[in-house]
Parts: sequence; C-alpha cells; structure tokens
Amino acid sequence: MIALTSPVDTPFHRIPAGAKLAFLCLFTTALYLPGGIAWPLAGIGFVATLYAVGGPVFARAGLAALRPLWPFVLLVGLYHLWAGKSAEGAALLLRVGAVLGLANLVTMTTRLDRMMAVLRGLLRPFRRFGLNPRAVELAMALAIRFTPVLILKGRLLAEAWRARSPHRRASWRIAAPLAALALDDADHVAEALRARGGL
Amino acid sequence: MERNLALVAMMTAFVAALGQIPGFTLASGIPISAQSLGIMLCGTILGARRGALAVLLFLALVALGLPLLSGGRGGLGVFTTPWAGFLFGFPLAAYVTGLVMERWPGNLTRGAIVAALAGGIGALYLIAVPFYMVAAPAGPGEALLTAMAPFMPGDLIKAVLAGLITGALARARPGRLPSRQG
Repeated sequence: MIALTSPVDTPFHRIPAGAKLAFLCLFTTALYLPGGIAWPLAGIGFVATLYAVGGPVFARAGLAALRPLWPFVLLVGLYHLWAGKSAEGAALLLRVGAVLGLANLVTMTTRLDRMMAVLRGLLRPFRRFGLNPRAVELAMALAIRFTPVLILKGRLLAEAWRARSPHRRASWRIAAPLAALALDDADHVAEALRARGGL
Repeated sequence: MERNLALVAMMTAFVAALGQIPGFTLASGIPISAQSLGIMLCGTILGARRGALAVLLFLALVALGLPLLSGGRGGLGVFTTPWAGFLFGFPLAAYVTGLVMERWPGNLTRGAIVAALAGGIGALYLIAVPFYMVAAPAGPGEALLTAMAPFMPGDLIKAVLAGLITGALARARPGRLPSRQG
C-alpha cells in the first residue's frame, strides 16, 4: 500500500508536520469566518501559488486529488443556480476547493511516520484515562499490515466467483466469506500475540 | 484484550479492503462505495464498543495519509469538505448499529438490517446533515437536497446488504459473531 505522500520533493516537505497542521487549522478557521467572496478567492489564490511552488508534476497531482469531487460540485452548483444564489454557491465551492487543496498539500508533503509522531503526541494526554498508546500503535500496524492481505483474499474470492459464473462480476456476496476470513485471521493474530507474551 | 485488539485491527483492514476490491458492484451494475457498508458491518459484526473503535482506527489511518477510502482517497483533505460530517458520524453510526445488534432478540439477519438502518442511516444522518448545514452553510431544505437525498438510496440498499452479509457470516461461523458473544 502506498501512502499519499508526493515523491516530488518540495520546500514544504521540510516544514515540521505540527507546524503545517497548525497552519491548516488556522487557514480553515479563517476561511469559514463569515464574509463575502473575497476571502475564499484569496484563499484559493494562495493555495494555487503554493502548488505552483511545488512544480508542474506536483500541481497536477494536487489537481487530480480534487477530481472525485465533481459530482458534488455539479450538485451544489445546480442547486444554487436553481435557488438564485449563485454568489453564495461560488463562495462555498471556492472555500471547499481552497481548504481541501491545502489539506491535501499537507498530506502530500508529510511522511506517514511524521504524521504518526504527531498522533502519538496528541494521544499522550489520554494515557491517564486508561488509553494504552502501545495498543493503539499495535492496532494501527496490524490494520496497515492486514489491509493488503484482505484485499488479496477478496480478489481471490472474486476470481473464484467469476470462475463459477463467467457472465457476472463478483457481487456483494463475497463480503460474507471475506468477513469470515477476517474473523479467523483475528483469532490467529490474538493467539500469536498471547503466545509472545501479550500486550 | 489481545482478541479485542486483533478483532478491531482486522475489522479496520476489512473496511479498507471493501473499498479497494475492484468489481465490487451491485447486480444492476451500480458501483456501491462499500465504505458505509463497512461501517455498518463494523457495528453488526463487532458490536458497539469494538465496532466504534475499528471505525476510529480506520479514520485515523485515513487522516494520517493512507488512501483507504473508496477510490483511493485519503489524507486530511477528505475531512475538510461540508460532507465530512459523514466521516465524523461514522464512529457513532457503528456504535448505534452495534448497540441495536447486541440487544436484538430475534432473527439475526433481520436484526442486522434494523441495526444498520438505525446506526448507518439514522445516527449517521443525524450528524452529517446538521454538519453540512453549519459547514456549507445551508438551510434544512438545501441540506436535504445536497447532503441527504444523493446518498439515501444507496444507503438503504447497503443496510439490507449489511443484514444479509451478517446473517450469512453468523451461519458460516456459528456462535462466533463477536457482537453476540457478550
């Protein structure tokens, strides 16, 4: 599994993760303050400039990350045109674009281990409420490790399905056997953890 | 403890895998984003507490930058749109689904459908729609049209599927459905 970090090296890669996240929070709050279209316009200009600094390949990857949003853009656009509130609609879409763009930029320029370190720091205060940080990290590692395993098992189930019924694609029916395999794996993992001395 | 941790981690991986397996479509050819189906299944399979934990773990991995949402989406960006209320509502959705599932007295398939309707739709929209109204900002009518109506048909289908899948799982592994083991 490949994280969403961009392989293109940008100056933003060298900014500490905590600083980037804090700035993202400030930026998001600022854009959601009441006001006309001027703020969202400035915001999107700012984010576009940041992407331009990263270079053309980086900027294209940033644009591609916005693509799944188009049905919503269409929906919101049509609604606001129909309701005769095109200015509000434009402000909303610009704001979504700017905040989403900056948030994606933070993800694209921050490695997974740096993000994990931030999360570890955020979880630390919860230790006094009985949260075991080691258990959280182990659960994360297990989930990351077993996602590709279950994807592979799902593909095999889908292939077997196709082999039995050549004209149909695997349907939701493979979900139940896949869940059964996941439950079995969980039992094996629990046993292995206990065998190694437990948590 | 080890078993709970393994179940939570494995269910997180299961939700992620559901969103990635290609060709996971309905008989009619409509692609279903299996994500909210996965959230419902977290509740019906694991029960309230562990189900909600599995969903929280899933969201944490997405926020850290893993492309686990359907279509390979992920990262912090997905939490910033006005529709992010659906993501923020996922843990409660799994929790409520699990609560109903743990207490349902009769048929497991029917119980899982009712649980998925209560949690995966009732509780989820209770968070997602008001979130949209504040974040957009939008009035109730607009929120119903642009944040609720587009997802409702798919979610109704998914609630029924969640029930059928849970029922099939209970038959395949009798007596081992964690949500019913107490």
